[in-house]
Amino acid sequence: MAIYGVAILAFCYFAGNFIGDMLGALLKVKANVGGVGFAMLFLILLIDYLQSNKMISKASEGGIAFWSAMYIPIVVAMAAQQNVLAALKGGPLAILAGTIAVLVAFLFVPILGKITKPSTDDEWKK
Amino acid sequence: MDLVKMGTALFVKNGLLTAFMVIGVVTWLSYYVSNLTNKRIHGSAIAIVFGLLMAYWGGLMTGGNKGISDVKVLSGIGLMGGGMLRDFAIVSTAFGARLSEIKKTGLAGVLSLFVGIVTSYIVGVALAFMFGYTDTVSMATIGAGAVTFIVGPVTGAALGASSPVIAISIAAGVVKSILVMILTPLMAPYIGLNNPQAAMVYGGLMGTTSGTAAGLAATDPRLVPYGAMTATFYTGLGCLLCPSILFLMTKAIFG
Repeated sequence: MAIYGVAILAFCYFAGNFIGDMLGALLKVKANVGGVGFAMLFLILLIDYLQSNKMISKASEGGIAFWSAMYIPIVVAMAAQQNVLAALKGGPLAILAGTIAVLVAFLFVPILGKITKPSTDDEWKK
Repeated sequence: MDLVKMGTALFVKNGLLTAFMVIGVVTWLSYYVSNLTNKRIHGSAIAIVFGLLMAYWGGLMTGGNKGISDVKVLSGIGLMGGGMLRDFAIVSTAFGARLSEIKKTGLAGVLSLFVGIVTSYIVGVALAFMFGYTDTVSMATIGAGAVTFIVGPVTGAALGASSPVIAISIAAGVVKSILVMILTPLMAPYIGLNNPQAAMVYGGLMGTTSGTAAGLAATDPRLVPYGAMTATFYTGLGCLLCPSILFLMTKAIFG
């Protein structure tokens, strides 16, 4: 049933964010440290375990696939509620700081990319 | 019988469903425009720019700070694109991710987080200095804003920065996240952003979860889980480094 997939997803969300909050508290930071990342790891591991033991049906997976497919529309909704006006009103300092920070980061993508083992997965290139 | 009033009340009362409908129409329009360009510009990239334009218009109309969702009929967009559903959907994209790809990134992924935070911070501090903010607290706060729009105010609050400086730091972070959304699909071919490893490095360098998520979605949706995974550690690490080590180093240099 689809709800099983959605429930697994929600469980991973909470488990990950709980760890992120704990990590934040341990490091004395006023932020969640990597909660979403941990949640994603949990989901990958849990789904892998369930699939290899044939414990999850296609219908249950559909519950997760649905949210995955809703991801881009949700991002559009997210874009629609950014404070774009304030970003422009922040003046030249804010605009320059944001812009140059992004350009510098783009520059480093190929540099750091060289350290990684290149993907040998041909399936990816399709 | 006031049909407009009845309709409006219905939309307001069922905000989330209104958002589904409106975003559906926006997406359809965007893909239509994309087809007009022979798909040279990806539909989701157009949809995101569309969303940003709506946000700008909403800010103009209402004077609020939450874009189009401050327009009462469209308040459901705030829920649909808010933190809860956004993170829920980001986690769900991991369904398509492969652990073997993540393991390959290893050291570069961790390194990208530190390089991303430190370079953004330095850019922010240098520009703040050039614009006449010569006290260490203001420079550090604006530097932290160039990291992300969450790290900026967190750092500013921790160091006791003034409210206008905190506002600038938030604005710098928002500019960054918006630019990442728009520029990523355009830059991707030139920086080799076409595989999971590059996406993880990219997520660590950019850090803004919203920007990274939207930028990768517009580039290649299969890359989203990899970039989002590293980006999600960025804000926490930034909140850790900026008010502490990076602030102290700034203080040591500028006094």
